Amino acid sequence: MSGNAELTWKGFYRNNGTKGIRNKILVMYTVECASFVAKEIGAAYRNSGMDVDVVGFGGCTDNEYALRMMIAMIRHPNVGAVMTVGLGCEYLQGKSLVEIAENEGKPAAWMLIQDYGGTLKTIEEGKRVVQQLHERLAKETVLVEMGLSDLVIGAECGGSDYTSGLAGNVVVGRLFDRLVEAGGTAIFEEIVEAIGLKDILLGRGINESVQKELGAAYDKMLEYCKSVRQYSVSPGNFAGGLTTIEEKSMGAFAKSGTKPIEGVLKVSQPPLHPGLWLLDSTPDPHFMSFGYTNPNDNEGLMDLVCSNSHLLFLVTGRGTVVGSAVSPVIKITGNENTYRRMSDDLDFCSGAALTGEKSMDSLAEELLELVISTCRGEQTKAELLNHKEYFIPYKYQSAGTNCEM
Amino acid sequence: MNDKFHQASFQIEKDDNVAVALSDLEPGSIRIHGSSLLEVIVITDAVKQGHKIANRMISEGEPVLKYGVPIGIAIHDIEAGKWVHLHNCKSYYDKRSSTLDLESGAPTDIQYD
Repeated sequence: MSGNAELTWKGFYRNNGTKGIRNKILVMYTVECASFVAKEIGAAYRNSGMDVDVVGFGGCTDNEYALRMMIAMIRHPNVGAVMTVGLGCEYLQGKSLVEIAENEGKPAAWMLIQDYGGTLKTIEEGKRVVQQLHERLAKETVLVEMGLSDLVIGAECGGSDYTSGLAGNVVVGRLFDRLVEAGGTAIFEEIVEAIGLKDILLGRGINESVQKELGAAYDKMLEYCKSVRQYSVSPGNFAGGLTTIEEKSMGAFAKSGTKPIEGVLKVSQPPLHPGLWLLDSTPDPHFMSFGYTNPNDNEGLMDLVCSNSHLLFLVTGRGTVVGSAVSPVIKITGNENTYRRMSDDLDFCSGAALTGEKSMDSLAEELLELVISTCRGEQTKAELLNHKEYFIPYKYQSAGTNCEM
Repeated sequence: MNDKFHQASFQIEKDDNVAVALSDLEPGSIRIHGSSLLEVIVITDAVKQGHKIANRMISEGEPVLKYGVPIGIAIHDIEAGKWVHLHNCKSYYDKRSSTLDLESGAPTDIQYD
């Protein structure tokens, strides 16, 4: 790893002490009724050279879990400025969100559609405010040296096939090992795809108390899967050659690499220190049984974003097209045919390892180069196509003992 | 299909008793890439891309090993060179997967009427 010491780039310094790889303005709506206006404001800046993302929560009744995700995105190092758009009668308070942003030292503004006089006037005013935030960011943002030890990368899979466990997740695991060796931070999730791996999972815990946390997260997940009688495996997986959930789990687990696990993160909790972390996105037991564990891939990516991932890996076999708001997504496949067929969408292929044409180590080296160039500002395929998906669900999870709220 | 995957398979760990088909395989001799002690194995079933082949005899009750870990249990004897899937291997956990259709993976335990 000594060769990577000079692998640095210019990041964006935040007044809360963090460093980002993007300098975004985040437009956040606080209820579905305000989503159209927020999206129209965001769409006005497509391909404008200004980095404006839109996210939001659809519910009118608020939800602690969703609120924590909104706050985590406000605090996220890739976010430079925030504007909230509300209708005016919902529970979630845009004004309070803006206060959090200001306390973090980020320029911010809030608006309510009812106060501004409807759709057109709010869009017009919103565009003006975004322009002002952009000018402030351009003037005030301080650039700072950033390297692998500052970097947080999150990984998950979507549309897996037989290559995911053989090559796609394996190259991510290899890169995660290198990132951790360089003092960086890696996060993996999809504990629902750890069925049958309890002993292996526990064996990776860095100490006894982490092993206990991992065991508790595993048991909660297994109880959840048993009670809904559904494991994270589908007819397409079986038709593609996977025979059991254990087999799929092990293929998914490969992306965690080989380093010790430092602890279990709850959704919206940032890692406490560098190293490898498991993110637990399974809902906690609750009288209303709130939420599905993995409703779609973008929910998983959002979970990783809300733990402060600067950058995301999405590993696919059959192919996927999504990106994410807030953090760039590098889409990786181990399937050369999929890579050729969907070359506009996919960023990296590790399929050459299957026939021994390239070693997994040399592929991990190539992936590292792509990571560095993305940190230096080069756009991923999803960014080029304006794929900026997001998903904030109603869910229940206790805040945990060390969640900063 | 890319020619380099013709009659080729991939074995992940040395101790695994299955290898994964890199293309649709015909019965006959196939190459094993990855971490195998054998370079070639003769298969007796046609095996679709992504599916598994026993690289040695797996007895009833024995774990099916992939990634060096048990991914299921053999529900009867599986000879070397045979296709390994829902018909001869079951999950230790997921009861429902044993009821799925062998070819399509579609559920058979729920009525569409």
